[in-house]
Amino acid sequence: MVDETLDAKGLNCPLPILKAKKALKGMEDGKVLEVISTDPGSVADFEAFCRTTGNELMEHATGDGVYTFLIKRVV
Amino acid sequence: MAKSVEETIGNAKKMTIICTKGSLDWAYPPFILGTTAAAMDVDVTMFFTFYGLELLKEKLNLQVTPLGNPAMAMPMGGMHMSMPNIVGMVPGVSAGATVMMKNLIKKKGVASIEDLREAAVLSDVRMIACQMTLDLFELDKKDMIEDIEIGGAATWMESALESDINLYM
Repeated sequence: MVDETLDAKGLNCPLPILKAKKALKGMEDGKVLEVISTDPGSVADFEAFCRTTGNELMEHATGDGVYTFLIKRVV
Repeated sequence: MAKSVEETIGNAKKMTIICTKGSLDWAYPPFILGTTAAAMDVDVTMFFTFYGLELLKEKLNLQVTPLGNPAMAMPMGGMHMSMPNIVGMVPGVSAGATVMMKNLIKKKGVASIEDLREAAVLSDVRMIACQMTLDLFELDKKDMIEDIEIGGAATWMESALESDINLYM
């Protein structure tokens, strides 16, 4: 289900978004990127990023201060 | 880097940022918003003028000073330390504050300005250096990064008029 994983743990705004965008750019449409972050702000940011860019935020999970996002590349 | 006509036409949202400040702390807002907007498919133009030109120098040596900034309180040993102006005037205090802030930036996983600027270049953010202030401060384009254009107020106006967001920082 996950095609690529981006470990953004320890990185602060806006690095998780910038690195996710870079990763998505190199992927084909329909592929799924998993992003692992420790930045609490990334929850709201990935929602906004996906709403704006049209990429699909399939799910996100939180546990132990770690946030995991599954993003399907749509555009 | 300049974009071709084919790339700039279309339905992309556009934003411009006028960058006027050249201190380490104030270098962040324009580069954070510029790179993030570009990551969200916004066509971004950054116009650097006055002290903002400092941010385009090949070799960055950005400083932060507590002088005249009562809101600047650095976290230190669980507390926050602000500095009376009289202390901020002591030689070496600004340099010390700069070192402290750079250490904090590293420790907290915050990007360096060098990294954000590189990200801006890689995501085709258009960066324009103001010709008039280059002349005024006798700065040389040779000392700046390669990926910039030179322009003036009208260059920014043209972009601003077709933009959805125009910010002054």
